[in-house]
Amino acid sequence: MTQVTPALGIDSRRALAELLMSVADDEFVLGFWDSEWTGIAPMLEEDVATSSIAQDEIGHARALYELLAELTADDADRIAFGREAGAFRHAALLNHARGDWAFSVARRYLYESADAVRLSALVRSRHAPLAALAAKMQREETYHRMHADAWLRRLADGSQVGRDRLASSVECLWPDAQQIFAPLAGEETLLRDGVLPEPMLALHARWQSEVTPVLESIVGELPAAPPTGDGRRRRTDDFMWLHTEFTAVAGSEVGATW
Amino acid sequence: MVNAPAIGAREECIWSELAQIPDPEIPAISLVDLGVIGDVRFEADRLTVELLPTFIGCPAIAVMQQQIIERLGLLEVADSIEVKVSFDPPWTSERINSTGRERLRLSGFAPPVMAVIEGLDELAVLPVAECPFCGSRSTTLENPFGPTLCRAIYHCATCRQPFEQFKRV
Repeated sequence: MTQVTPALGIDSRRALAELLMSVADDEFVLGFWDSEWTGIAPMLEEDVATSSIAQDEIGHARALYELLAELTADDADRIAFGREAGAFRHAALLNHARGDWAFSVARRYLYESADAVRLSALVRSRHAPLAALAAKMQREETYHRMHADAWLRRLADGSQVGRDRLASSVECLWPDAQQIFAPLAGEETLLRDGVLPEPMLALHARWQSEVTPVLESIVGELPAAPPTGDGRRRRTDDFMWLHTEFTAVAGSEVGATW
Repeated sequence: MVNAPAIGAREECIWSELAQIPDPEIPAISLVDLGVIGDVRFEADRLTVELLPTFIGCPAIAVMQQQIIERLGLLEVADSIEVKVSFDPPWTSERINSTGRERLRLSGFAPPVMAVIEGLDELAVLPVAECPFCGSRSTTLENPFGPTLCRAIYHCATCRQPFEQFKRV
């Protein structure tokens, strides 16, 4: 594997930073939303499982922010907790509050399945530190996928109430889920450098062909909803609230250490 | 540096000290037995130790880094010590050595199942683990997510004890 970092030109660095930030912010924001179930999940087992998964996601974000910090001579904690809301690059799927349990299950299924497709590409990245981290993430995400798949089936095959709530959540989140594959600023550069081995739109097509039949068996026909250029640049009141939450401690005493 | 041992001897000295440092979350097992130590190398008198976390989000990483620096510092064989977190190669369950597996078992943790079952995903969570207390395989997986990122929870039908398994990853 060729490490491209040392020779990266300004365009390549900027594009790589955009890629790292998009994946990191997805994991970070989802981790925070899911951590809100700690203590109030439907049962004790789920309390433990959801908290554990949320901790994994925030851990993945931390490792990705470290890579980004190295690239931009910044600090991982500053990137995570010191950025304005407008500087975040998470996909629109992560703009929604956690909702009820079915809503969180629907989002985790959509996210984990998309993340798996994305990771299957990133393990082939020519940016060696990213490829290594993606390979490690992939092993942990296997457990997340099993969890999301199991819950999707449990709700889909369970009572009418569960099925209805799941179906309306999937319908609501479907268009925003596509935005995980929104084209990145500098994507051509990433593709040229081999940092991103395949275009986002190719990954999107693969993900869609995988999940569409599964979800359509639950909700009926889903509309075509291609990713758009602003898919990682939207902000909602829900996200603004979460941003205030997760920056509150760091913001209360800037520069404090412990 | 006064009386610094020769290069090969220095590394040996480092490895035997690392083998004495307990894992912060499961102190029965050392960092070496757990397999989280990657490369140990000197550049002149600057020492770099690679730490391969079991799970990326493991909150004990910083504690391990600090312990390694403190303990190796006492050996006075290096001018500076850096503990670098690395994912290349990724830590996998196979990195736990046989001593580590036995120590896990003695302290009530089932070691990760190593058997690869044909037709099953490499990382598939197996519904059965061997009970570390009575050796029974009449056990059921209660939750693949346990009290820390690296542990799953099982129940033994024979001795009726819940137990934890160090997760396969």
